[in-house]
Amino acid sequence: MIRLDNIVATYTTQRGHVNAVDGVTLEIPDSIVMGIAGESGCGKSTLMKVIYGDIGFPLSLSSGMVDYGFVNERGEPVTTENIRREWFRHISYIPQSSMSSLNPVVRIRDQFVDFPATAGRKKEVLAQVRAFVPKLGLPPEAIDAYPHQLSGGMRQRIMVAMATFFQPEVILADEPTTALDVVVQKSILLLLLDLQKEMGNTIMLVSHDMGVHYQITQKMLIMYAAKVVEYADTDDLFQRPLHPYTLMLINSLPTIGDDRARHGLPGSPPSLWEMPQGCRFAPRCPLATALCRKEEPPLLEHERGRFSACHYAASVPELKQTLQAGPRLSEIAHDTAQLTADVERDV
Amino acid sequence: MKTILKAQGLNKTYHLGSFPRTIKVRALNDINLTIESDEPVIISLVGESGSGKTTLAKVILRLVQPSSGAVTVAGHTVAGKGTRPSRTEFLRTVQPIFQNPFEAFSQYRTVDAYLLETATRVARLHKDEAVRAVEEALAAVGMQYKDVRGKYPNQFSGGELQRASVARALIPRPQLIVADEPVSMIDASRRMIIINLFLALKQEFQTSFLYITHDLATAYYISDYIAVMNKGRIVEFGDAKQVLSRPQHEYTQLLLDSIPRLDYRWVDRRNASPGKY
Repeated sequence: MIRLDNIVATYTTQRGHVNAVDGVTLEIPDSIVMGIAGESGCGKSTLMKVIYGDIGFPLSLSSGMVDYGFVNERGEPVTTENIRREWFRHISYIPQSSMSSLNPVVRIRDQFVDFPATAGRKKEVLAQVRAFVPKLGLPPEAIDAYPHQLSGGMRQRIMVAMATFFQPEVILADEPTTALDVVVQKSILLLLLDLQKEMGNTIMLVSHDMGVHYQITQKMLIMYAAKVVEYADTDDLFQRPLHPYTLMLINSLPTIGDDRARHGLPGSPPSLWEMPQGCRFAPRCPLATALCRKEEPPLLEHERGRFSACHYAASVPELKQTLQAGPRLSEIAHDTAQLTADVERDV
Repeated sequence: MKTILKAQGLNKTYHLGSFPRTIKVRALNDINLTIESDEPVIISLVGESGSGKTTLAKVILRLVQPSSGAVTVAGHTVAGKGTRPSRTEFLRTVQPIFQNPFEAFSQYRTVDAYLLETATRVARLHKDEAVRAVEEALAAVGMQYKDVRGKYPNQFSGGELQRASVARALIPRPQLIVADEPVSMIDASRRMIIINLFLALKQEFQTSFLYITHDLATAYYISDYIAVMNKGRIVEFGDAKQVLSRPQHEYTQLLLDSIPRLDYRWVDRRNASPGKY
């Protein structure tokens, strides 16, 4: 089990310090696929960086620690202090753009063995790599190529291969498929699932696509303005969200076969420098009251295994029904006045 | 019935590599497409990268010369043999919106300079009329001229700047706006503002849209017609709702099966891991 204890991650900028992750406390069970979702700037990628232990200027950890729940070679528990030594062997990271993550002037096989863990036995490791890559739907010769000779999907598979080769306990994937077409995306996601099933490791996946989360995650973390707003099993979270933000995130985009008019999420997230008092989602929330604007709701366990940071978590299912009874696309007038109204809420 | 968009026998072959080893890539392979309607329509062009959808857009926008064939928009031949109207007349008929507004606008010029220049040069308006046209176009996308004046692109958010580029395209009152992946750079929660804007502008400005995307869900939401492209060919064309609910071609089926949907799963996750699930 990975334990995050009151993580506060701070960026140092010209304007001063800003908390991109602000007090996240979590327990992540082993051997699951966990999804992290939220809008740009909500802190999901920063949280990934913290979990990966990639902390360095301008990012710093102001408070808290990650306990990874396993011990290193010397028998010491692995925490944020010493996680860097476990990179690749026990924790690995699949970055967003495989295009810019591979060195363009070095053959892929040389990049594969280019870290201290393989010192002195590169030939042996390379033979293992050659045996391993066909599992990912790649020809063994692919590792002899330079990155530009491969397609985007193949390069992403190479990144997945690098991240899974040592069968690490934890794999972090930051938007692993955003640059890819849907057909390739599906194959990469199913590949990740197969590998996870085989190795039994924990995968943490950041994506802005709620469909991707529904397809492959078992638990989900929803972040908003540097805070966790909901944390629950994926099935429960999609069926009956307990935070209005989660509900609106699921409902913001159209789906095929559903003719309801959609307006996205009104407004935009608050600036990290000017956080509103009380609940950070209140300015955009249809359920917000004076209480929300005054008092920040803590992340509470409303039902077994279901965490939500909302004063009115119990009213969210009702809101869902109201939204689902909304007008169809053909029933509303399409005029720019309506749009202006949408935009004006967009402070 | 008015012909909104017509492509006849359109081919485009790219020659890649240098002399002894050139590779021919048929980006467009005999594209025939006719869309006739009295009302303005939104046509979606979907397909994976490399399917030729951007090449088709570039041909319609006169950015690429087709190898053979012709394209007609609202009675004007805009590409191929017999391309008649002058460049400005063409730009009054067809206007583009690009994927990344931060690349479309130079960061060293103010956004309103682009808008005014479109009004004076393309729409041929005098200065006072130009300002009025810019105000009107900005109002249509929910912005105000005073908020845009003198601002550089980096002072806008992605969504705002994309709305400004929609306003710019509206100024000459074109027959067709070609939007190449207009929302893929915008945060998912705010995409619908642009998508709904297209629906509203279709009604109010009587403009047709060619919406190029790989996102079938938004294509389903706004379009009247849909064309599915694969390897340079249009493999399926028809009423958007019909094509996406009852696809005939296996490639359309494959695309639909690959969308991560919210109503059924590719694999059952309940017994997937030995965890506590």
